[in-house]
Amino acid sequence: MSALLDARAVRKTYGAHDVLKGVDLSVAPHQVVCLIGASGSGKSTLLRCLNLLEVVDDGEIWFDGREITDPRVDVDDVRRDIGIVFQAFNLFPHMSVLDNVTLGPRKTRGVRRRDAEERASALLTRFGLADQVRKHPDALSGGQQQRVALVRALAMEPKVLLLDEITSALDPQLVGEVLEAVRDLKDAGMTIVMATHEMQFAREIADEVLFLDDGVVRERGAAEQLFSAPRDPRTREFLGRHLG
Amino acid sequence: MTIALVSTAVVLVGVGLLVTSAPGWDRVRETYFDWEDAKAAFPEIAKAFWVNIKAFLVAEVLILALAMLVAVVRVVPSAWMAPLKVVATVYTDVFRGTPTLLIVLLVGFGVPTLGLQGTPTDPFWLGVIALTLSYGAYVAEVLRAGILSVHPSQWASGRALGLSYGKTLRYVVLPQAVRRVTPPLLNDFVSLQKDTALLSAIGVFEALRQAQVYSARDFIFTPMVVAAVFFIVATIPLARFTDWLSLRAARRQSGAA
Repeated sequence: MSALLDARAVRKTYGAHDVLKGVDLSVAPHQVVCLIGASGSGKSTLLRCLNLLEVVDDGEIWFDGREITDPRVDVDDVRRDIGIVFQAFNLFPHMSVLDNVTLGPRKTRGVRRRDAEERASALLTRFGLADQVRKHPDALSGGQQQRVALVRALAMEPKVLLLDEITSALDPQLVGEVLEAVRDLKDAGMTIVMATHEMQFAREIADEVLFLDDGVVRERGAAEQLFSAPRDPRTREFLGRHLG
Repeated sequence: MTIALVSTAVVLVGVGLLVTSAPGWDRVRETYFDWEDAKAAFPEIAKAFWVNIKAFLVAEVLILALAMLVAVVRVVPSAWMAPLKVVATVYTDVFRGTPTLLIVLLVGFGVPTLGLQGTPTDPFWLGVIALTLSYGAYVAEVLRAGILSVHPSQWASGRALGLSYGKTLRYVVLPQAVRRVTPPLLNDFVSLQKDTALLSAIGVFEALRQAQVYSARDFIFTPMVVAAVFFIVATIPLARFTDWLSLRAARRQSGAA
């Protein structure tokens, strides 16, 4: 199967700090790839590189048949097809939930307001947010806000969804509802790259798991294999600490 | 509550007694607070004050447009904007540092002397331009501070949706920035409303100028007090509006949609 998203030897440096030291990542359509690793291992940076929020210093990223790290590429055009959800939700606080969701389709794809709102309402309903449509983000719980952020990304009908530790800022009792939403998306066939600390969830949902350590992929493999029989001692140590 | 009322009353009555018992009070009352003089001056000053209102309203719109332009130019991280950035920075430095009265005088008398084709010669418009230049620099800095106060993650969110830099600025960042700086902006506009009186210095017949005419003719200052009352009364609605907006913003933030 040919890859939808393909990162080759990606490097990213902040000053003297090498955050990514040549990372390869290949995601096939409808696949879920989980990135695990300690804070600072480069998971978030890799995701931000994938949708060009960060400029890579070296290496290539291919998406949907073209090299998006080519400087001549229209970054806005690429990002419309790559959704991302952040750890801190980052909803637009001055807009209602509905406007948060419709802004992208209306202003980047020229969708008419009525059509955009109809679609947004359907998506919000699907994720249990029908009653929150007119509210402002601050009136919502963390779990609701994060689901709105998911819907906002989905409203663009992305070909791939990047999830950057989307449950890390949530109260423990709210994590479940957000993970449930991710599971729904996988079942619907969405292609997902997910950085996460939820090991149990990664094990259940991932087709492939990458263990990032100090800017390199220390180990990669099928979820079952990597979690039950890690080969690299660093992976074993990390999982030992996180699976308890 | 009652303590506040009583103490306020005591202080006011005390100050009132002190002032009215002063040896010069009768003369002060005659020249500054003469009811007949006030009534006589009122219609003309009211008419002249309309000029202040007009200058304020026109300048306000021009100031917002100019300030927004300057603020955005200074914020945009684009290399080809560099020359414009220099212009914008020099502009804010120069016009924020120069007394408004001086700018009014320089523009009001300087521009007509240039005799350039197409430049206005009406003192009203020259005055409005001077106020715009002066206040534009202040308001630009207020707006710029507002833009910079919006968290970078909001930029990232907008850009991640595929919005261009300009659209992210327009739909995501500016609305938040403007909301945040609305109280200080309105404060600047209260100040602008008063500073329309500076146009009297270049011969615009506004309220202060009109009051000065009476004073010069009859050696009375009651018309000045009348003019002052006009300015005070005009700023109060703006002040209450500012309060209302801040309150509404606070309520919005706390969740009621």
